[in-house]
Amino acid sequence: MAALFSKENRQAFTEPLSLNNPVLIQVLGICSALAVTAKLEPAIVMGLSVTVITAFSNVIVSLIRKTIPNRIRIIIQLVVVAALVTIVSMILKAFAYDVSVQLSVYIGLIITNCILMGRLEAFAMTNGPWQSFLDGVGNGLGYAWILVVVGAVRELLGSGTLLGFTVIPQAAYEAGYVNNGMMTMPAMSMIILGCIIWVHRALVKD
Amino acid sequence: MKLNTNSNIYTVVYASVVVVIVAFLLAFVSTALKSKSDANVENDTKKQILASLGQRNVADSEVAAAWDKYIVADQVVDTTGNIVKDGLQKDHDGFRIDRRDIKPENNALPVFVASVNGETKYVLPLTGKGLWGPIWGYLAVDADGQTVFGAFFNHESETAGLGAEIKAEYFQQAFVGKKLEDADGKAALTVVKNGKVENPDTQCDGISGATLTGNGVAAMLSEGVKMYQPYLHKLLNK
Repeated sequence: MAALFSKENRQAFTEPLSLNNPVLIQVLGICSALAVTAKLEPAIVMGLSVTVITAFSNVIVSLIRKTIPNRIRIIIQLVVVAALVTIVSMILKAFAYDVSVQLSVYIGLIITNCILMGRLEAFAMTNGPWQSFLDGVGNGLGYAWILVVVGAVRELLGSGTLLGFTVIPQAAYEAGYVNNGMMTMPAMSMIILGCIIWVHRALVKD
Repeated sequence: MKLNTNSNIYTVVYASVVVVIVAFLLAFVSTALKSKSDANVENDTKKQILASLGQRNVADSEVAAAWDKYIVADQVVDTTGNIVKDGLQKDHDGFRIDRRDIKPENNALPVFVASVNGETKYVLPLTGKGLWGPIWGYLAVDADGQTVFGAFFNHESETAGLGAEIKAEYFQQAFVGKKLEDADGKAALTVVKNGKVENPDTQCDGISGATLTGNGVAAMLSEGVKMYQPYLHKLLNK
């Protein structure tokens, strides 16, 4: 049991959360961070979906890593990811239809998310399944928390709601407060992301 | 014996095996979940049709009951306005026509006959093109075949906050009470640029910043109304 959570394994999980965050440090997966963060709910679902898919594709690729022919390894990785994404999308359609409608386009985009390919190529191809699983969960969550922060800021300032519930009191609107329509545009998530990276670099010196 | 994972034969065989396994896996999952996801799609369509009749935010569990309560028949009519199938069995005729197949050349247009508080309404499905992808809607018309009782629009991928607002209730409410045709009997119900309404009987305010989606809605309305005009005129003469 102790070996399961050795220092090395813990590191595979905790490093991507902050020190080696896929979005903040490696600047991967930016495209989907722009697309799904206008509201908080799709951001959370997208973060969780990516976490699940990164974790399991990491495990699968790690399990078969010794059999994969070197010349077609990227294609095999893509097939694994694409199959997983398609299955997740079919499951969402059957059990969480509303969410799947909201995410319709973006679910497909998970396949092209650089974080997945990056982790498979850099980690799962050379490490065991358990470590790869931790690495996948860590990177997925590292991506998810950024999405949630950006989504929360954009929904709060852009629509005055959080998860669809009105947060800004009616009195504020009567006093002249106006929702910032700019926040619902994709460009603003780039700027918010820039601010998060700025704060992160200022706080975490390494 | 150690396998040479770099040989050509190994690579080809490996790729083939992986593809076959994945194909079977996907086919299996898809078949296993098909009935459930089809039911979801159907439920969602019913919700949208009910929304055009003013029954918004019906809970998933209550859709079937509300559908039974309000919808009388799902007719199929042709482009000359004759009823081809009466649809009294419900869910077997008009409801089975795919949204993408609603065009004049197919000569089979669905109409949902509804009864709201004892008054007969007719729901006309519409399809069109938005800025980024398909848009569609349901227009509920009074028994006079002229006055809009309610409207519902939806889209696949319009811009959030701009074009996507056609899905918002305030935009759809603006259609209530408008007329489908002008005094000359031409299909006139349309969306114009925000603040440019000249004829409030048939024109609705658009969404500023979403001109192209608005144009798509306008084209969808005019084509849809034209398609159903013969049917609506027959209602009028009844």
